[in-house]
Amino acid sequence: MKSFIPREVESLWTLFTAPTVWAIHFVGCYAAVAVYCAKAATLDLSFETVRLALGGFTIVALAVIVLSAYLAWRQWSFGVQDPPHDEPTRDGRTLFQGYATLLLSGLSFVAVVYAAIPLLFIAECQR
Amino acid sequence: MMDERLTDRCRPTRNKRFPVPLCLLALVLSACLISSCSGSHSTLDPAGPEAAKVAQLFYVMLAGGAVIWIGLVAALIYAASKKHAHSEESAGRVILWGGAVIPTVILCVLLSYGMWLMPAIRPWVPDDQQVRRIEVTGEQFWWRVRYLDEAGRVMFETGNEVRIPVGEPAHFSLKAADVIHSFWVPSLGGKMDMIPGRTNPLTLTADKEGTYRGVCAEFCGESHALMAFTVRAVAPEEHEAWLAERRDSAPQDAEGLAVFLNNGCGACHAISGTAANGRIGPDLTAFGARDMLAAGTLPHTAEDIARFIADPGEIKPGVKMPRFGMLPEDDIEKIAAFLKELR
Repeated sequence: MKSFIPREVESLWTLFTAPTVWAIHFVGCYAAVAVYCAKAATLDLSFETVRLALGGFTIVALAVIVLSAYLAWRQWSFGVQDPPHDEPTRDGRTLFQGYATLLLSGLSFVAVVYAAIPLLFIAECQR
Repeated sequence: MMDERLTDRCRPTRNKRFPVPLCLLALVLSACLISSCSGSHSTLDPAGPEAAKVAQLFYVMLAGGAVIWIGLVAALIYAASKKHAHSEESAGRVILWGGAVIPTVILCVLLSYGMWLMPAIRPWVPDDQQVRRIEVTGEQFWWRVRYLDEAGRVMFETGNEVRIPVGEPAHFSLKAADVIHSFWVPSLGGKMDMIPGRTNPLTLTADKEGTYRGVCAEFCGESHALMAFTVRAVAPEEHEAWLAERRDSAPQDAEGLAVFLNNGCGACHAISGTAANGRIGPDLTAFGARDMLAAGTLPHTAEDIARFIADPGEIKPGVKMPRFGMLPEDDIEKIAAFLKELR
């Protein structure tokens, strides 16, 4: 069966995927709640709905970060070789990028979880 | 007992492990730290449920911070004392667990705890609930305080002093007239910013009688540090009596009032029951009953009132009130005495 994930990704963009997902999630959550609370009186929408929607958004963001981490892990040859990957070769560069992407994915995962924690506890506007 | 042991250690000995000046400094510092934990202006000496939650949050965060610090120091001592080098693999494990996993989990727990406490720190009062409603506006460098009735109409105005009944939530609508200020009564709760063009709500409850000091907690100009106020928490029946008395307040000293009006003070200040109806500066009705002068800057004496009238800028740099040192000394003294007696 052919995998839908490309065998190799030769782009620096993979490095930025997870931090970009974190940034979009962070801005999205804050903007959505700020706009909702400013317009709550005129909207036919409960805060619960906003929380649930942002909860779904968080799960999607975490899933994309996990996928990015898997690709990075694969690019890093599943951890067969140890860092620092500082040889001036194509392999060295690929492994280094995979390893750095994996670490950034982990950081982004934690950052997304931290940004989503208020969704569990803040139940109303102006609290 | 602790102090005795500490002073014993501070006695000069042959090996001098604890130099005397260092010990004395430690004693003075610890005395200062301990004394600053109580009083009318301390988060660690709460006088209401919101402040109690803030203090609780502080202690939990302190404990969490202490756990991280002790763990870090222990790891440092272990690393320094170990004679044989770690294998690369075990060093990597220590970095992964000690540097990433454990701090992430501790921070997650502390963040969740802080979030869980938030509704208790910031209780929300629905618009239709009957509570004491007080509007406070931050101005450079004083506080305009308006008491509202059930319908939200202004009953009367005062300055730099807030009165609330004990045991009942008081709802503050916080505004700013010029720049950003921040309303903070550490003994009663957390701080809340006052933003020009916005009204920020804050609910505070005092559960014991007393006078508590509040401050501006956002730098707002030259005299930011001289912008304080007092909150007096009194029994509910005493509060009701004060509200009724304050609504019908009028000065008795006709001569002092005439000097006050003739020198134009009424253009900026109001005194209820008189022709003085200025709105630029603080309302001076019942001014003599206040605890402090010039937003918590000076003691409330006739001499200090006269000093402030003669040259406000010397006491509060950047204040909008011009100096009145050109007035005859006799007039300044009469105005000061008149204001001191206003009830």
